[in-house]
Amino acid sequence: MSRIVHRLFLFAALFAAAALAQAQLVVDVTGAGANRIPVAIPDLAGDSVAARVIAGTVRADLERSGLFKMVDASETGLDENAPIDYADWKGRGADAIAAGSVKRAADGRLEARFRLYDTNKAESLGGAAYITGNEQLRTAGHRIADFIYEKLTGEKGVFSTRIAYVVKSRGQFLLQIADADGQNPATALTSAEPIISPVWSPDGSRLAYVSFEKKKPIVYVHSLASGRRTVVANQKGSNSAPAWSPDGGKLAVVLSKDGNSQIYLVNADGSGAPQRLATSPGIDTEPRFAPDGSLYFTSDRGGSPQIYRLPPGGSVQRVSFEGNYNVSPRPSPDGQTLAFISRRDGRFQLAVMDLASRQTQVLTDSNKDESPSFAPNSRMILIATEIGGRGVLSAVSSDGRIKQRLSVAAGDVREPAWGPFLK
Amino acid sequence: MNKLIIPALLSALILGCTTTPLPEDGTRAEVETRDGSVTRVDASNLDASGLPKALTDPANKLSQRSIYFDLDRYEIKAEFQDLVAAHARFLVDNRGFKVLIQGNTDERGSREYNLSLGQKRADAVKRSLVLLGAREDQVESVSLGEEKPKNPGTGEAAWAENRRADILYRAADGRGEF
Repeated sequence: MSRIVHRLFLFAALFAAAALAQAQLVVDVTGAGANRIPVAIPDLAGDSVAARVIAGTVRADLERSGLFKMVDASETGLDENAPIDYADWKGRGADAIAAGSVKRAADGRLEARFRLYDTNKAESLGGAAYITGNEQLRTAGHRIADFIYEKLTGEKGVFSTRIAYVVKSRGQFLLQIADADGQNPATALTSAEPIISPVWSPDGSRLAYVSFEKKKPIVYVHSLASGRRTVVANQKGSNSAPAWSPDGGKLAVVLSKDGNSQIYLVNADGSGAPQRLATSPGIDTEPRFAPDGSLYFTSDRGGSPQIYRLPPGGSVQRVSFEGNYNVSPRPSPDGQTLAFISRRDGRFQLAVMDLASRQTQVLTDSNKDESPSFAPNSRMILIATEIGGRGVLSAVSSDGRIKQRLSVAAGDVREPAWGPFLK
Repeated sequence: MNKLIIPALLSALILGCTTTPLPEDGTRAEVETRDGSVTRVDASNLDASGLPKALTDPANKLSQRSIYFDLDRYEIKAEFQDLVAAHARFLVDNRGFKVLIQGNTDERGSREYNLSLGQKRADAVKRSLVLLGAREDQVESVSLGEEKPKNPGTGEAAWAENRRADILYRAADGRGEF
C-alpha cells in the first residue's frame, strides 16, 4: 500500500470516528500519583504515521494512569537496536526509555517492535513485537503501554482491557463496549427500555445484564462476538443483579418470585431451576463473588441496607457498620479490598474497606456515585457519577489520588463494568 | 334494582312448581359460587380506554392511583389507607378487573437496591388490597426501581413524586392501562 493510500485510510478512519462522536467517551484526567515515574517515549522509527499513532497511544495511556510523567523525547528514528546513551537520557530526567520501530510486512500488516531500558541501571528491561493491521494501531500501543507499566510498577497494566457501560441518549439505551481509554466504542445492544447491571464473564467473551425490554426486568447472557442472547432468569416478578461465579459456569441472580428479593444461583446457559443461596426476611440483593468463593451482598435484614458476607460453607456475617446506607459491594480481584457506595449526609460516595484491617476510606467528594467496578489489576475503580446534571463515568485509583472522567457529548453514561485481562 | 327483581322471579318459579319428595339417600349438592362469574358492563359509562369512568373521573377517589412513600420506607402511610381501601372495594365489587401495581423509587442510591425497594412498595400495596378482600389473582406487583421516574427533575420535590406505587387497571375484556 502506498503512503498516500495509507493516509487516506487514516483520514477515513478519523472521519468515521467523528460521525460516532456523540457516543464517543471523552477522557479528562484530574489528579496524579505523588511520585510519578519519568519516562521517555520517542516516536518509533519506520512508518511515520503508524509510529506516531502507536507512540501517542503509549504516552497517553501512561500519563492517564497518573503514575508516569512524560520526558520530552522529540527524537525519532530511535529503533529497538540503536545504542542508548544512558547518561544523556538520565541527564534529561528519564528513569526509563522505550525505543522501537514499525515495519510494514509484505501482506500489508505492520510489525511494531520495541525495547525498554532502565537508565539508572543502564540495562535493557526486555522488549516485545506485535503484528497489527491499520485499524489496530492503538491496540498495539496499549500492549506496549501494558508491558512498560508492568516492568516499571511491578503490576499488570490494564490499558488493553475493555469496559462496558450504558448510554442513555434521546430516549434510547445503548449497551456499549469500548477500550479502557474510551476509544473504539461498539454497541452490543440498543433498546427503548432500560438496561442495567452489566457484568463481564471471567473470560471476557460474554456480558450478563438486566434488560427491561419485555416491560419487566429479565437477566440475559449476551455473547459479544455472535450477538447471541440467552435468557438465564425470567421468573415471576423481578429478575436482576447478575454476578458470575469465578468459573463462569453459573450466575448469582436476585429473584422476587417468592416475595422478597432473594439471591439464587442459576446456570449461565439458562438450564435448570434456580437454587436459593441465602434466606432473609428482608431484601437481599447485589451479590458478588470474591476470589475466595465467598459472596458479598446488600441486605436490609438489620433494618437498613448494609453489606454482608456469606463465606463458602459458613454463615452470614455483617461487614459494614458505619451509617445507615452501605450498598453495591465489589470485592477487588486481588481479594484485599472491598469497594462500595456509602451514604453520608445524604451524599452517595465511593468508599473502600481494607478487608484485613476493616478500615474504611471515602475516596470521592461527589453526591451521586453508583455502580463501582474494579479494574482487573485492582488499582482503579470505575464508577458512575453525576457532574452538572449529566451522568459520567469516573475512574478513581484505589488510594483516591488519581481521577479520570469519561463522558459523552449528548447523553448520560452509567452502569460501568471493567472487563477482565485479555488472555 | 336487580336485587329486588331476581328474588321476585325466583319466588314466582318456586310457587309455580309442584312439590316433589326429596331424595331419601341424603345427597346434597353444593351450590357453586356465582360471585364474580358475570361482570356487568355499562357501555354508557366507559371512558376512552375502556375502563369505567369511575376510575378516571377526577371527582372520584378511584381516579387517584398513586401511593407515596417516605425515603427508604415501604410502609403505606396513614394518609393513603383510605385510598387503598377504596381500590380494594372496587376490586371486591368488580371481580373481573385486575390491577398491576408498579413500585418506583427516587434516583438516588443503588439501582439494584432501588429495584428491590420498588418491589417492596408494590408488594405492600398488593398485601393491603388482598387483606381488604381483593383476590390474589386480581393483583400483580412489579418494580420499575428508579428507571422510570415520573418527574425527571432533581431535588426533594421531584424525588418525593418518584417514591411511589401506581395502580393500573385492566377490565375483564382485556382493555385498560396495562
